[in-house]
Formats: sequence, C-alpha cells, structure tokens
Amino acid sequence: MSKKSYRTAINEALRQEMRRDPAVILMGEDIAGGAGAPGEQDAWGGVLGVTKGLVGEFGRERVLDTPLSESAYIGAAAGAAATGLRPVAELMFVDFVGVCFDQIFNQAAKFRYMFGGNARTPLVIRAMYGAGFRAASQHSQCLYPLFTHIPGLKVVLPSSAYEAKGLLIQSIRDDDPVIFLENKVQYDEEEDVPDEAYTIPFGEANLTREGRDVTIVAFGRMVKIANEAADRLLKQGISCTVLDPRTVSPLDTGTILDCVQETGRLVIVDEASPRCNMATDVSALVAQEAFGALKAPIRMVCPPHVPVPFAPNLEDLYVPNADRVEAAVRAVMGFKARELA
Amino acid sequence: MQMNRADLLHAYRTMRTIREFEERLHLEFATGEIPGFVHLYAGEEASAVGVCMHLTDRDKIASTHRGHGHCIAKGVEVQGMMSEIYGRKDGVCGGKGGSMHIADLSKGMLGANGIVGGGPPLICGAALTAKTLKTGGVAVAFYGDGASNQGTTLESLNLASIWKLPAIFVCEDNGYAESTASSYSVGGSQAKRAEGFGIPCQEVDGFDFFAVHEAARVAIERARNGGGPSMLHVRLARYFGHFEGDATTYRAPGEVERIRNEQDCLRRFRQQVSDAALLDSGELDVVDREAAEAVELSVRGAKAGAPPTEADLLTDVYVAY
Repeated sequence: MSKKSYRTAINEALRQEMRRDPAVILMGEDIAGGAGAPGEQDAWGGVLGVTKGLVGEFGRERVLDTPLSESAYIGAAAGAAATGLRPVAELMFVDFVGVCFDQIFNQAAKFRYMFGGNARTPLVIRAMYGAGFRAASQHSQCLYPLFTHIPGLKVVLPSSAYEAKGLLIQSIRDDDPVIFLENKVQYDEEEDVPDEAYTIPFGEANLTREGRDVTIVAFGRMVKIANEAADRLLKQGISCTVLDPRTVSPLDTGTILDCVQETGRLVIVDEASPRCNMATDVSALVAQEAFGALKAPIRMVCPPHVPVPFAPNLEDLYVPNADRVEAAVRAVMGFKARELA
Repeated sequence: MQMNRADLLHAYRTMRTIREFEERLHLEFATGEIPGFVHLYAGEEASAVGVCMHLTDRDKIASTHRGHGHCIAKGVEVQGMMSEIYGRKDGVCGGKGGSMHIADLSKGMLGANGIVGGGPPLICGAALTAKTLKTGGVAVAFYGDGASNQGTTLESLNLASIWKLPAIFVCEDNGYAESTASSYSVGGSQAKRAEGFGIPCQEVDGFDFFAVHEAARVAIERARNGGGPSMLHVRLARYFGHFEGDATTYRAPGEVERIRNEQDCLRRFRQQVSDAALLDSGELDVVDREAAEAVELSVRGAKAGAPPTEADLLTDVYVAY
C-alpha cells in the first residue's frame, strides 16, 4: 500500500492485467507516442501520460498507437474483442465518441443480443470526461448518460485512485463491453492504493459516509465535492450519507433506495448536462419506488443546460461545487410540507 | 482451373443453395409471413463462394445487409438461417437478430450488418486478433459500392495498410447503392482508392466463379503469408431490389433479364465445367434438386418452428449484469 495518483493507479491496473493475460492489448492515439517518428519513443504515453512506460515493457505489438481514426480503431477493438483478444481502447476525450459511436452502440453493444447470446465482447473503452480543465465545449463533456442509455454497455465512473485501479481491473476481466470514464482533473489526486491487483465489483455502491438526515448520491468527481459539502454540513448539525454508485450501468438501485428509506431526503449531484442525465434517472427511480419515504422533494445539483464554456469564470459557474451541494441539502432539510401549497 | 471434382461440386452446390434460398425467400416474402426486411443476394453467388472456398472456421468474415449468401458460403446451416429469418427460437440467433444480423461465430461469420460500412472496422479487429495470437487466420470484409463511400471503410483500408493486417476487402459492386448508381456515387475508382492506401487491388468479373476464386486465392495467400491486406473489386449484379418490395424502377427496362440470360454465374459455371468435361450436366441436375429440397425443408421447418418465449426478451444482453 502506498500513496498513488489516479493516473498511476490506472497505469498500474493496465500493467498488471497485461502481465497476467497476454490477450490484453492497448490501442489508441498517442498512447505510446512517437510511432514512426525520428525522436523519442513513448514520447507521450497518452495525451496526459496515463499509459507512459507500457510500450517499453510490452512492445508495440501490444501497445498500438493508432492513426487519428476513431471509427476504424474503436471498431477494430470491437472486432478483436469478439474474436479472442481483450482490447483496452483509449478514446482520449469522450467528446470524440461522435465520430465512432456506431461502432460502440450498434456493433459492440448489440453483438450478444443480436447473435442470440453467442457472442462475447470483452472490450474496454477508456476515455477522459469532465469539465474544469479549461478545455471548452468539445473536450469537457460528461456524456455518460449516452452510454448508460444503451443496453449491452456497462459504464464505470471511478471517483478516486483506489476506485480507479480496482474498477479498471474488473473492467478488463469483464466479458461485456465496458465504458471506463476517467475524470481528467483528478489525475494528480493521490490516496492509498494497494500495490497488488484487486477488483471492485460492478453494481455495488460505496457509501463514503453514513448519516441520518440526507442521502447525497454523487457521480465520479462529484463524490469528492459531495463529501466536502457533507463535512461542512456536519459542523452545522446535518449528517449526510454520501453514496458513490461507482457504476451507472449496472446501477445499484437497491442501496440507493435503502439509503433514501433511512434518511427520507435525497440530493443528487451529477456533472452531466441536466436533461436525461443520471440525476433525472435516479429521481425517477426514487419517485416511483420510495415516494412514501420522502420528507421533502428531491433536489438535483447539475450544471445548466448549456455547452461547457471556456472562460475560467464561466466554467467555474458551470460545474457543480460544494457550495451548491450544501445549499441543496439545507433546502431539503428546511422543507416544510405546507410549502407545497 | 486447379480444382478437383469434390471442390467443383461443393462450389456449385453452395452457389445453387444460395440461389434457391434467395429465390424462395422472394416468393415467401410476398406472402407476408416473413417479418421485417430481407435483402436478397441472388445473382452475386460467385463472389461469396469464390472467396469463402478458401476459408476455414478460423478465418473470419463480416457481411452486409445482403448477407444470406455470405452466411451460406461460410458454412452457416441453412435451417438455422431460415428459422432466424422467420423469427423463430431455433434460429441461429434465437430469433433476436433476423435477416440483417445473422451471425455464427463458431463458423467465423461475424454477422450480416444493418449498418452500411459497419463491417470493415470489425474485420480489422479480427485480423488483428489473428496477427496478435498468430492463429494463421485471415479476415474478409464483404461490403458494397455503397459502403465503399463510408468513412469507416476508408479508415479501415488505412488501418489495415499501416498495421499490415491479414485482411481482404471484397467490394461487391452491384452497380447500385439502394437506388443510386455507383457511377454517380463513387468518385474515382475502387482500385485507385486501394492504391492510394498502398493496397493492391484486382478487378474481378463477379459473374465468373473461377475468376473470383483465383483472385481470392492470390489475396488470401498474400494475407496468410504476412503480405498484408488486398482489395478485390468484384463487379456483379443483384437480381432483385435493394430490399424485397423495392419496385426497382430505377433500373433500365430489361436490365435484369439481360444479365440473367447472358451473364448468370450459375449458368456460366455449368458451361465452363461441361466444356472442360469436369462435371456432367446429370450430376449438376442432381445438385439442383438436392439444393431445392434442402431449401424446401428449411422453409417447412421454419414455418413449423416456435417463436421465442416471453422470457427470451430479457436474456442475452450481457454475459453477466
């Protein structure tokens, strides 16, 4: 066990799985870098250095730099997965899914069902998501609701370095197509991460804290923000449960409902655009299955329905923060039934 | 014509089975009993069979909307296919795929595809598997002149070229992408597109089984020997519409009849093997009857088959969820 960054935890998961299983290969744009160039090999190790050093250990037969050609190589990863490899394809920024979505949602996601259960597509697609990097509208989106919408895909949102390593190893060993989304502003965040390989099962939420008054369901990086808010609220005498679903497909609906039954109040923190996102999905679930337990209306803390802006002051207004979570929790705590009238 | 009698008979039987299968579907579809869409391969048989004769189950193919011929040529069972097209539980995909998604991975058949241009990237992946795991296999993407204009196809040609993949791109140019002529929709030429990616291309007469067979032999041997990808540009014709129900008013009057009378691949095959005294017409007639009987049986079996159960709706989405 030692302190490792989110970036290092992901790198270590890839390295350990590649050592364990020769069918695991990596492909993506500049995941080594310098292919065919006169200068340094492994020049980048991925655009933010996540795969650095892997080509040195595993060679270019297993760490494949691709052309800027997402349709071809994401489709190739699907075809390779259906025929015996376990590819981990890096899409760089999840925003780039627009040029290869067919290969994900019409091909990889549907093979098993369309082929009557006879296909197995152990594909992992890694991509960076999230705002806060000053990267503007085409490099900052969340988009995980798009994947969650598609039957046949699994969708993973690791909220910390420990979570990232265990969930990525699980993703690689999983026999279904998995979308593994890394929050790009978390790459340098450190925590204790075991040196050995370990897995975290899909569909089992993690309660990062348990409280009496309010359940906060938060996704990906928002887990950290929710806990920051919960720390402040505790000093004000409000105790919160913070629930990290870890995977949004499958979604641990049972634990969400159990927590809402106990606290009777729900705040959902989702960085994805507010229409048809995970917050609306969880709201619908709770409204249908636990309406009687609610002591106050559900509150959703989401960005506004606009593209991610560039100017730093605007982007900071865009992304949900601990102040907004704190305000939402105080609002549900202060709710009185007569306000409904 | 370096083929023994058994191979010649197999080639003829496979082509005849495809023709019977498609001609019969043309009739059955008109009765309204078959759900959805079917896109028939009749007329193009020499291409699928000429290529797939060189392949075994370890080799992979990806197909198109017009996939029945590729399935039969790759060894998928006719009964399982027919039942699938009728939406039966004992169909090769359990009735969940239908005509546009027939697949049998145990035969190396990675699926017909409802998305035009869906197959070539998958074939790059199958070829990458063969190369990485050193299986000795090759992978073949069948695609039409319509799909030749999809970015997925052009990107795949590039990827196969730079990674020197054991892949063969078989462009089946039947002259029409849906109702639009390839003379209108294809800029430049398929061969020059291949050349632009550093891939050799052979122009192939798709009405001549032996021409396809020989061209495929060269391309597949090259791929197996580590020589990298090739393209075959196969010119052929479909006898029916883009889909059943297409009135094909965009085709010239008498166009299909002329092709059927003058260029038909089955008729030509018979002529060639008779002229060379390799097979006599009596034994070919027997194959004709047997193929018709096999298709007749498959239709009866499909009509008698049970549909999937309500429980089948929810299975096979994930290996585990």
